[in-house]
Amino acid sequence: MDQKGFRRGSFQSATSDEDMLEIAGASTDFSMADDDPPLDREMGGFSSYNGGGMNGTSTMMDFLEEPLPGVGTYEDFNTIDWVREKSRDRDRHREITNRSKESTWALLHSVSDAFSGWLLMLLIGLLAGSLAGLIDISAHWMTDLKEGVCLAGFWFNHEHCCWKSNTTFTDRDKCPEWKSWSQLILGHGEGAFAYILNYFMYVVWALMFSLLAVLLVKGFAPYACGSGIPEIKTILSGFIIRGYLGKWTLVIKTITLVLAVSSGLSLGKEGPLVHVACCCGNILCHLFTKYRKNEAKRREVLSAAAAAGVSVAFGAPIGGVLFSLEEVSYYFPLKTLWRSFFAALVAAFTLRSINPFGNSRLVLFYVEFHMPWHLLELVPFILLGIFGGLWGAFFIRSNIAWCRRRKTTRLGKYPVLEVIVVTAITAILAFPNEYTRMSTSELISELFNDCGILDSSKLCEYVNDFNSTKGDDLPDRAAGPGVYTAMWQLALALIMKVFITIFTFGMKVPSGLFIPSMAVGAIAGRLLGVAVEQLAFYHHDWAIFSGWCSPGADCITPGLYAMVGAAACLGGVTRMTVSLVVIMFELTGGLEYIVPLMAAAMTSKWVADAIGREGIYDAHIRLNGYPFLEAKEEFSHKTRAMDVMRPRKSDPPLTVITQDTMTVEDVETIITSTTYSGYPVVVSRASQRLVGFVLRRDLIISIENARKKQDGIVSTSIICFTDYCPPLPPSSPSVLKLRSILDLSPFTVTDETPMEIVVDIFRKLGLRQCLVTHNGKLLGIITKKDVLKHIAQMANQDPDSILFN
Amino acid sequence: ILFPQAPRMFAPNSRNSVSPVLLLVLLGCVLCPPAQASKSSEDIRCKCICPPYRNISGHIYNKNVSQKDCNCLHVVEPMPVPGNDVEAYCLLCECKYEERSTTTIKVIIIIYLSVVGALLLYMAFLVLVDPLIRKPDPYTQPLHNEEDSEDAHSLAAVPTLAGARANTVLERVEGAQQRWKRQVQEQRKTVFDRHKMLS
Repeated sequence: MDQKGFRRGSFQSATSDEDMLEIAGASTDFSMADDDPPLDREMGGFSSYNGGGMNGTSTMMDFLEEPLPGVGTYEDFNTIDWVREKSRDRDRHREITNRSKESTWALLHSVSDAFSGWLLMLLIGLLAGSLAGLIDISAHWMTDLKEGVCLAGFWFNHEHCCWKSNTTFTDRDKCPEWKSWSQLILGHGEGAFAYILNYFMYVVWALMFSLLAVLLVKGFAPYACGSGIPEIKTILSGFIIRGYLGKWTLVIKTITLVLAVSSGLSLGKEGPLVHVACCCGNILCHLFTKYRKNEAKRREVLSAAAAAGVSVAFGAPIGGVLFSLEEVSYYFPLKTLWRSFFAALVAAFTLRSINPFGNSRLVLFYVEFHMPWHLLELVPFILLGIFGGLWGAFFIRSNIAWCRRRKTTRLGKYPVLEVIVVTAITAILAFPNEYTRMSTSELISELFNDCGILDSSKLCEYVNDFNSTKGDDLPDRAAGPGVYTAMWQLALALIMKVFITIFTFGMKVPSGLFIPSMAVGAIAGRLLGVAVEQLAFYHHDWAIFSGWCSPGADCITPGLYAMVGAAACLGGVTRMTVSLVVIMFELTGGLEYIVPLMAAAMTSKWVADAIGREGIYDAHIRLNGYPFLEAKEEFSHKTRAMDVMRPRKSDPPLTVITQDTMTVEDVETIITSTTYSGYPVVVSRASQRLVGFVLRRDLIISIENARKKQDGIVSTSIICFTDYCPPLPPSSPSVLKLRSILDLSPFTVTDETPMEIVVDIFRKLGLRQCLVTHNGKLLGIITKKDVLKHIAQMANQDPDSILFN
Repeated sequence: ILFPQAPRMFAPNSRNSVSPVLLLVLLGCVLCPPAQASKSSEDIRCKCICPPYRNISGHIYNKNVSQKDCNCLHVVEPMPVPGNDVEAYCLLCECKYEERSTTTIKVIIIIYLSVVGALLLYMAFLVLVDPLIRKPDPYTQPLHNEEDSEDAHSLAAVPTLAGARANTVLERVEGAQQRWKRQVQEQRKTVFDRHKMLS
């Protein structure tokens, strides 16, 4: 059903120099442009604006008192006006406070309004925690489904299936209730044919899961693919992407995340969990008027929801809040800090009570050892940091190159085929190597694990000398054959993961990259750790070891090296600093390892920054051309406002509206002939003295409403933006007063203002546009898009890569 | 009315699709009881793993005890070593208290599978059955024409066509479904065809 012929087409704009994104057919229809449109159906008077809606049940809108519905809302792919939203919230709050003195009911209303924020945080925490629990349990089960099935109840995964059975010490992982596919089909699990059958079933299940995932994404919610963090960063900086945080996106993202993780692809679930939590936040915002109507307040809630998302992903509430502060949020007032922490705690607590991993752990790879480390070990830790930085820079460069190829060439036309091919390659290469066959979280858990006397994995197959064991503290021992096999298998796994993640991140299924980066780092760290351990064991008489590592002592902990490596690689890719260290130390449960973690994280960030400036999320923002004004970079060029403002010297003069001499028809002509998102209002064309700024959307709504509802408004009616309109002869049509939609305090700078200050103003205040005056007269306008283009130009990037408003 | 926002605060927003909201609510209701489910006796245990000691082979002991009794002395029975060696043996053993909730696991997996099944059925319905039963609307243009034409800016009021008939429940649901489909189409174009978002 094409709505082109309907009036909503008037809200659309074609290619625009200034502000609107060209999305042909993109509806700016309030009812369909969005999962949860800004205007509620309950406002009956508004329905006449939607072409397809009901007609006629309009209440008479009093122009002088009530704002029109639709005025003050934003179109899709536009930036919000932070200043206006914040001042609207303050007005609302003031009104409630003033009215609370009138009656008890109003007092209760004001109290409930104050508490609504906390109630909302509680609900977000509960919902995010529950969804994370669902994702964890389902992913765990489906990952094991590729290998076999539990006869005692098909819903049990391997670990839970073997919970009840009496296993022997030597065969701790086998139990009769768990049957691999070859055991189920053939009756026995040994032999070449059984192996091939297992291999085949593994690949088939992986393909099925990923095919289902990409079909669901393509069919129901195309916004559910990818990581989500770059887009959430952009949304939190003021951009509007309708539908990105909607109900269908939430459902599909949750379901397909489980499928994507279970299919054995080299991706993680932390980034998508942030998206899921923000969707929960956005959906729950609609229960409270305070947050539903105000875009700035809603972004505070989304910041808190992002913190809750990271908190359930890592079991790290403080780390989650710091992640939200450092990586995701743009404006983070102090009030949000406390509320984010509350939401993160509630989410972590909910997840704990669902207990997805047994033993009330929140993350699969919780670390429980507390061995001391020696100062000399900082050298390998810094080496790991350098490795992390190098790998991070390499990954970002190659991933962006691959994603750019996907965007521009024919590769992008076959998303389903691409997912299937990548899954097939991953599954076929992953099965033979035990360390790639297991899920990445389990791999990390095993690598972080310190070998105790009871561990039976290959990695812990040291040559044991039982006579010299004192209690549970094992000394450094010579590596047995199992360790050597594990080493080269891990090396192969490392190479495979390094390359396959480049092609996996950014595909059209939900994909995160925390877990693959941590896996790469953990493998590298463990390899280095075992190497150092063996070096210390065989050469304990060297000068560097003799001081602190006597034979029989447990000095080197390879698990710690794995952890430091994981932190280094994650830091190299995402360039997180404080939040990374806090997440890692919340994972380990202690402060012993803060110094190695910080050393590695700092080294990796410095090395990676020396090679390439941006982290992976900023690189993706730049690749997609989102209008994100980077808050961390300094603008250091000596240009001035007059160099950036529009109109340039060769352009026609600035399109303005006069305060009381233009007719409705004139204004309509201006609106249809230009595509600007707002117009300055001046006293007269001769004087060009500034009165205010009026937005296009508000003008359109008001004029259309006036034509319908108000008597006597025709094309020749004068539009008056002042309080006291000039007297007209009695035969002329009545005046249309539009002062209520005029912004009387637009920001202005003079033309000689240095661009450094202008960029700072845009960043700190969140402006969309800024007027430029010269000697008190209006000269031009600078929009956020102009600023972004200018910054790109100064950095010698392609200024036309800024696509959006 | 002093409190006009009250009914709106909790008004449900079931505009374009009822099923995801229902699913979420269902999810919430069903997830709450398992979180507080009383633990059945078979869901808790104390697991002690004892390695090989002298000439005794390694063994795993499971017993259904509470957390304060979860140590070697209560769980390892029969004790394989004589009385004076018990302490040395127990130092080697590692005892862990574990609990799980089978009901939670069962419920969650079944919810998940039913949601996936429902989505698959809906997708099959949309792809196979829907085009057959839906008669082409006389005043709708085919969707793939949208990307060709740019709109002329017009502020002229155009009478709404679909205004009068959207009143019965079925019509409203159908209208909602049509709007949702258009929205997904739009998103698909942005992400998959024009590659404007999400690379």
